[in-house]
Amino acid sequence: MSSPRPEDEIVRSRQKSASRITAVLLIAFVILTFAITIAKLTVNQ
Amino acid sequence: MPSASATLHLPADWRDLFALTKPRVMTLVVFTGLCGLLAAPVTLHPVLAFTAVLCIALGAGGAAALNMWYEADLDAKMRRTEKRPLPAGRLDRQTALHFAIGLSAMSVILMDLATNHLAAGILLFSIFFYAVIYTVWLKRRTPQNIVIGGAAGAFPPLIGWVAATGRVELLPVLLFGLIFLWTPPHFWALSLFVRTDYAKAGVPMLPVVAGLDHTRLQVFLYTLPMVAAAVAPWPLALTGAIYGVTAAVGSAVFLVLAIAVWRNRATEPADMKPEKQLFAYSIAYLFILFGAVVADRWWFL
Repeated sequence: MSSPRPEDEIVRSRQKSASRITAVLLIAFVILTFAITIAKLTVNQ
Repeated sequence: MPSASATLHLPADWRDLFALTKPRVMTLVVFTGLCGLLAAPVTLHPVLAFTAVLCIALGAGGAAALNMWYEADLDAKMRRTEKRPLPAGRLDRQTALHFAIGLSAMSVILMDLATNHLAAGILLFSIFFYAVIYTVWLKRRTPQNIVIGGAAGAFPPLIGWVAATGRVELLPVLLFGLIFLWTPPHFWALSLFVRTDYAKAGVPMLPVVAGLDHTRLQVFLYTLPMVAAAVAPWPLALTGAIYGVTAAVGSAVFLVLAIAVWRNRATEPADMKPEKQLFAYSIAYLFILFGAVVADRWWFL
């Protein structure tokens, strides 16, 4: 069995990094939207 | 339309996407936006204030990425910019465009959600102004590109203020005017000692089109109304003495440096010390003045 090419490893590493960053950004977006909603409710009370 | 600079099959590296947002320029944009927000007479909820500043940063990043997407061909011709992700071939144009549009849209939507329609509208207009009016329309056509395009960078304090208050008032308009009038001497000082780069790329910057002496005169002439805009909030009783004295002293130093540029007759970048001094000082000047606006507001609170 041949070892993976260095290019494939770079592609996989970048895909992994992109997936992690996307996940973190999506979670941050959800938290921020929730916090904005709560803050708006607090301000309008 | 610039041609594609490279065809890549590698997924984008996050560092290259981050570089598209021009993080160093963004520092000043975020700082002036934050100062506009903090100088406003209304204290915004911390979460909403954080979101407003985040949106200004995202909007500035999106506009910068749109600029880099469109100018990849110019950037490839200039030593100062040839190592950017697109001209260096580390990123494909489509990814850059998607990233730029996504960032810009997200900034405006979040700003509208967190603050008000007016702040979101001004943010949207500022992105449009930088990406379309300046980058696409003016930059390659007229040596006045910096003068009109400077308005794009002048919006953040106004956006910050409007995010907090929901209104456009005289102080943020003067702060807008200050950055608008500061942009020509700031960029022309830079373009004097990197003019060969601009000439090579075919960008009609003032030193390339009108010569060094005319540009130096323009640097001095634009400094005069800039100083007036900087000092004006104090006599108009919009700020107190902290800002007033800082603006007066800071502007006097700016004026002295602008006069030194005006009097300089050097033609080689190595001999353009006054130009380099003015460029470096102009960045500090804006940071100091905007810091003083906030210090003034919170001191007299």
